[in-house]
Amino acid sequence: MSTGNIEEAPRSAATSSGGDLVATGVSKRYGGVPALSDVSLTITPGTVHALVGENGAGKSTLGKIISGVISPDEGTMTLGGEHLSFKSPREALAHGIVTIAQELAIVPGLSVAENVYLGVEASTVGFVRRRESRRRFRELAEAVGFDLSPDRRAGSLSIADQQKVEIMRALSRNTSIVVMDEPTAALSGNETAALHDIIRSLARDGKSVVLISHFLSEVLALADVITTLRDGHLIRTVDAKDANEESLIEGMLGRSLLTAFPEKATADEERAIVLEVEHLKAPGVNDCSFVLHESEILGIAGLVGAGRSELARAIFRDSKVSGGTVRLKGTDLAGHSPSRSIRRGLVFIPESRKEMGLLVGRSVKENISLSRLDLVSRFGWIAGIRERRKVTELMNAVTVKAASIRTPVSMLSGGNQQKLMFARSVMCSPSVLIADEPTRGVDVGSKRAIYDILTEMAASGMGVVVISSDLEEVLGLAHRVLVMRHGRIITELSGERMNEQAVLAAAFTESSSEGTDS
Amino acid sequence: MNVQVETPEALDVDSEGGLRSGVIRLLGSWRLAGIAIPFLILFIVLSVWSGPFLSTTNLINILDQQCAFLAIAAAGTLVLVAGGLDLSVGAIYGLTAVVSGELAEHHSPFIAIGVALLVGLGVGLVNGMIVAFLKINPLIATLAMSFVIGGVALRVSNNNLIVLSQNSGFYKFANVQFWSIPSAVWIVFVFVVILALLLARTTFGRYVIASGGNAEAARLAGVRVNQIRIITYALSGLAAGLGGVIDTSRLLSAQATGGGPTLTFTVLAGIVVGGTSIAGGEGSVPRTTIGVLFIALIGNGFNLLNINTLYQQIVLGLILLAAVSIDVWARKRRR
Repeated sequence: MSTGNIEEAPRSAATSSGGDLVATGVSKRYGGVPALSDVSLTITPGTVHALVGENGAGKSTLGKIISGVISPDEGTMTLGGEHLSFKSPREALAHGIVTIAQELAIVPGLSVAENVYLGVEASTVGFVRRRESRRRFRELAEAVGFDLSPDRRAGSLSIADQQKVEIMRALSRNTSIVVMDEPTAALSGNETAALHDIIRSLARDGKSVVLISHFLSEVLALADVITTLRDGHLIRTVDAKDANEESLIEGMLGRSLLTAFPEKATADEERAIVLEVEHLKAPGVNDCSFVLHESEILGIAGLVGAGRSELARAIFRDSKVSGGTVRLKGTDLAGHSPSRSIRRGLVFIPESRKEMGLLVGRSVKENISLSRLDLVSRFGWIAGIRERRKVTELMNAVTVKAASIRTPVSMLSGGNQQKLMFARSVMCSPSVLIADEPTRGVDVGSKRAIYDILTEMAASGMGVVVISSDLEEVLGLAHRVLVMRHGRIITELSGERMNEQAVLAAAFTESSSEGTDS
Repeated sequence: MNVQVETPEALDVDSEGGLRSGVIRLLGSWRLAGIAIPFLILFIVLSVWSGPFLSTTNLINILDQQCAFLAIAAAGTLVLVAGGLDLSVGAIYGLTAVVSGELAEHHSPFIAIGVALLVGLGVGLVNGMIVAFLKINPLIATLAMSFVIGGVALRVSNNNLIVLSQNSGFYKFANVQFWSIPSAVWIVFVFVVILALLLARTTFGRYVIASGGNAEAARLAGVRVNQIRIITYALSGLAAGLGGVIDTSRLLSAQATGGGPTLTFTVLAGIVVGGTSIAGGEGSVPRTTIGVLFIALIGNGFNLLNINTLYQQIVLGLILLAAVSIDVWARKRRR
């Protein structure tokens, strides 16, 4: 049933179909912000090709373009000489390109075999021929050496086994290129080793594996070719033989300064402590302790999934905390309810403003005043004039640009939406603000404005925690930086030791969990 | 470098934004027009076509008959805006009708009315707590509750039709006339106005809208979403109780199966025809009122013009479809 098996150019030594996948001058921008600029690379059959880079460097974007999930704005892709332009993952699939994404795409209610053959079931007039499917499944499982029962419910499998299901699905469709985005992020040690074997055997069978990974040791152990990306640009593509951790980290660093930061107020250790976190345990957070002083900006760095947002939500009492204490200006924040945290002076700006922050269909005014309606109302009755005055004042203070205070938030740019979140926080006049990814998806101009707001808030005596995947941002704003990995705070950096190398070394290097290295 | 914000722009400058927000304001009023204009057209058409329609007696009669629907729909709007759904109002109406009927036979009218209203409020509270704490889908939760409540109502009335005498004080509750308008209409008028103001002008109303618009965002902004939703269900139960009591007093009879699914779905239709989104986060009590009356006018008109009632149902169904399509379209425009 597959279309597009390429017959003309089987130049390579590989046995399976395909040929070189060549991307030339590929660019992609999201709402004016370039995610990928002029990237060219060649993926040869029978190799593991790794993409490395910081968060937001463009690895996943490139992976998605290769697998047809998104289409590039500029540039071309060819496979074995044939021009490709995918409009959907299904088309990419027809060309033998399969993605195994960070979020698995299995149907939990179906059996393993049904998942593997989802969409291509052997059937007679609509009835699935179960025996036929099962036989094909056995053959496939034997070929790849997986020990999976075809009748198990896929939802009851471990994540690693679910990944095997996805891999089998990929193999059942004449795949020539497998794109894996952070495949081992959710796996245990044994499972990781098993997956590594699978990746090697895929390459041995002449298939290409595009491996996107944060783990440099994994990349160095598996990859034949490594491409380093930084800020959407391809820095270099090298043979894995010629690379080591230092050279890769160095390639990921050293970008030009795009945004200037406001001057840091001098950190003063003598200032009073406003927030004290002790041995905090919550889902994704493992025994975290730190303190935050008045007028201090504390950065939290780490890779995506390191537990930074989880820590923020645990402090904010939004997730079930299983142990430890959080003290805000000396009072214990027991129990859990965000509304109580806000009333006590702790405000949280979540990472995705559209899903977790804003009522997009409602007006600027309603969105800003939501947390502190009590300030503009009497006995529950909203005083219209007072609310309008307060909101206008806040909008001017944080420079939100909107046609009027009645404009729906959906009409604002990302930068203005984010500033609106700050306006809401300022209205709460908190003693501690936690901002999760405060400048994600925000244009450069608004970024600078948000940095100024953060700095001003700190200058006014607030304690500010900035969680960011943008290292430059963390280092440019914060007086101290905590680096997290696997739900733990691995190291605290300040002064001289607060630099990109140190942060990246702590965030990436797996063995440095005990005893911080400077 | 010095700390300076480089965008000190005033507010009302973005001309494109101005245009777009104008469009949005139009959309808001457009939702009102979407129900008000058809209502007026229907009203005029009926006035022209049918002589008896425009008589004071007929119009007051319509209002009197719609009292229960109007009260329940007003509270139901709040439930829907907060992101919920209450399918048990018909059953609560039936239960409170028989409770007040049974009590009115032997006790003072105050006890009959008070207990029935408390029963409505209490059942609504239970609904709200089931939805909020057990995290059961509101459709299923209130559907299941409607069976339970219906059963209890049958038990209370022994499945009998309760008939009251006209000279009981209970009768006066809904039938005393002020300026030739019965007290039932006045009571419901006050109730609906209070709910309308509650939704549009108070902090509670804002929290209701926020809870339905984006529950996660509302929670993180400090809104106690569960508490807000429970209150809306309680109000819905109270409104159903009020409707049950008013109708028992008005008609001097009560039956456990008096409300049932017909009442539930007619009320829901009125809310949706009034342009309140079934997805939550948006809605207006005045529009709901027009929506309920619109449906009532259709019924009244069909009767006066002697058209077979089966067409009434078909027309109602088509209008409902149109109303929901318009809502879907309006939502797309906003995104």
